[in-house]
Amino acid sequence: MNHNVNLAVKVAGVDFKNPLIAASGTFGFGEEYNELYDVGLLGGISSKGLTLHPKDGNEGIRVWETASGMMNSVGLQNPGVEAFIDHGIAQMRHFGNVLIANMGGHSMEDYITGATMLSNADIDMLELNISCPNVKSGGMAFGIKADVAKEVVGEVRKVCAKPLIVKLSPNAENIVDMALACEEAGADALSLVNTFQAMAIDIHKRKPVFNNVYAGLSGAAIKPIALRMVHSVCKKVQVPVIGIGGIYTAEDVLEFVMAGAAAVQIGTVNFNNPLAGADILDDLVHLCQKEGISDINEIRGIC
Amino acid sequence: MRYFESEVIANRQITEDIFVLQVERCGAEAAAGQYYMLKSWDTELTLMRPISIFKAEPDALHFMYRTVGKGTAKMAELKPGDKLKLLGPAGNGYPCDQISGKVAVVGGGVGIPPLCETSKTLQAKGLSVDAYLGFRDVLFAVEDFEPWCSDIFVSTEKGEEGYRGFVTDLLKPENYDVVITCGPEVMMRKVAAMCAETGTTCYCSLEHRMACGIGACLGCSIRTKNGMKRVCKDGPVFLSTDLLW
Repeated sequence: MNHNVNLAVKVAGVDFKNPLIAASGTFGFGEEYNELYDVGLLGGISSKGLTLHPKDGNEGIRVWETASGMMNSVGLQNPGVEAFIDHGIAQMRHFGNVLIANMGGHSMEDYITGATMLSNADIDMLELNISCPNVKSGGMAFGIKADVAKEVVGEVRKVCAKPLIVKLSPNAENIVDMALACEEAGADALSLVNTFQAMAIDIHKRKPVFNNVYAGLSGAAIKPIALRMVHSVCKKVQVPVIGIGGIYTAEDVLEFVMAGAAAVQIGTVNFNNPLAGADILDDLVHLCQKEGISDINEIRGIC
Repeated sequence: MRYFESEVIANRQITEDIFVLQVERCGAEAAAGQYYMLKSWDTELTLMRPISIFKAEPDALHFMYRTVGKGTAKMAELKPGDKLKLLGPAGNGYPCDQISGKVAVVGGGVGIPPLCETSKTLQAKGLSVDAYLGFRDVLFAVEDFEPWCSDIFVSTEKGEEGYRGFVTDLLKPENYDVVITCGPEVMMRKVAAMCAETGTTCYCSLEHRMACGIGACLGCSIRTKNGMKRVCKDGPVFLSTDLLW
């Protein structure tokens, strides 16, 4: 309880002290931001996207500012599942909030092996990334077609004893069909949306900005579309949905909750304001008071 | 490292596209070769901009920058009394404590400013510092090096001022114990290659597009002999012999 406003939410049986979760890929394993503020204030942290084996990520430009947002093509640079289990988890546990391990894959075998290892480790939830647009031959390939996603989620479900979140791509052929397929395959929760596949061209060099040509668009520019997708998915699925996409303010948080989200993730805003997590949380308490909301769960899905 | 608001003391235009922004220091320690992430906007632009420390005075920080895009154009509009946000000091900076002997600082374009604070720090240690400053056409900041440097060599590409050509033409690494360089990658590669030939220790300060500025997003990672490194946090200063280029 904060000043008579209840912000605590439950997602797939896991208690969050508030609905704010640091989004994967924008927050490392929390250590750097914890030098600036107590990141344990957040409801949870989703780890940098892991893959079974360590990855160096993409060559060339990786980040690019756009109107009301940015594009990235980091390419899942990460230390691998094993190093995360050996070092990353203890570091994240120190913060005392919900520990979500985000994992992507290049093949069905990688997903199954990685998920098995993480399921046996001290994590609270597994967020399965079937939506990274920046990794060739994998990642998003699983996130476009509902039947492919259903298969990988089903196989991971068999080996994952932890609550399983599936992170959806807005580039899916049909986001609602995709959500329903993942739910049917055993997802305990869904998080959406990852970045939109996008492009930038350097007109002076007469070449695409990114070596991979396409990259992922995030930030305020995508918020209204992300909100629409969260809303339409929430109308159809029974499992809880974590809203993601250009959430910069406490007002944005309430919009996503009113659209049906049980919790939200904040990503790009961390780059604009490194204290965004703490600031949005503070604003959220005051905004709820002002709007006469005593429990954030009251307003979930009212739109 | 802190994220804080500061106030503009002055924002001086010194050439057509080079400005010096002077802000209240607000107490933070800052070492030569470090930088701050700056923004003078709310969310009109998404990312903060990394700008190196030109001068760190007891009550003011000076940033010299070139207007190249929307962010620096907004910074150029700042007036005394305006507020801006700073995140820093960031990065490792030059290892001035470990540097001894005779030093050359070799800068090109907007790679020149961080070498000023570096020269000052090294001169305060009692070291002899020579500056090699390469410009496209118009000189700037040369006078700022005068108090700290024994000799200053200047070049312009077409010979408008000083030597005509590249500043690397003037450098003889064998005359120095340590060479410190910051500027266009092509220039730093040349300096690094020259130092490799003479066995001179060479530190390079890299420039890179950054998003977070604190080591979390991996938007500025580079491949080095010691694995992937973050320019923002593990750098921006690297031993030339650790770089793969």
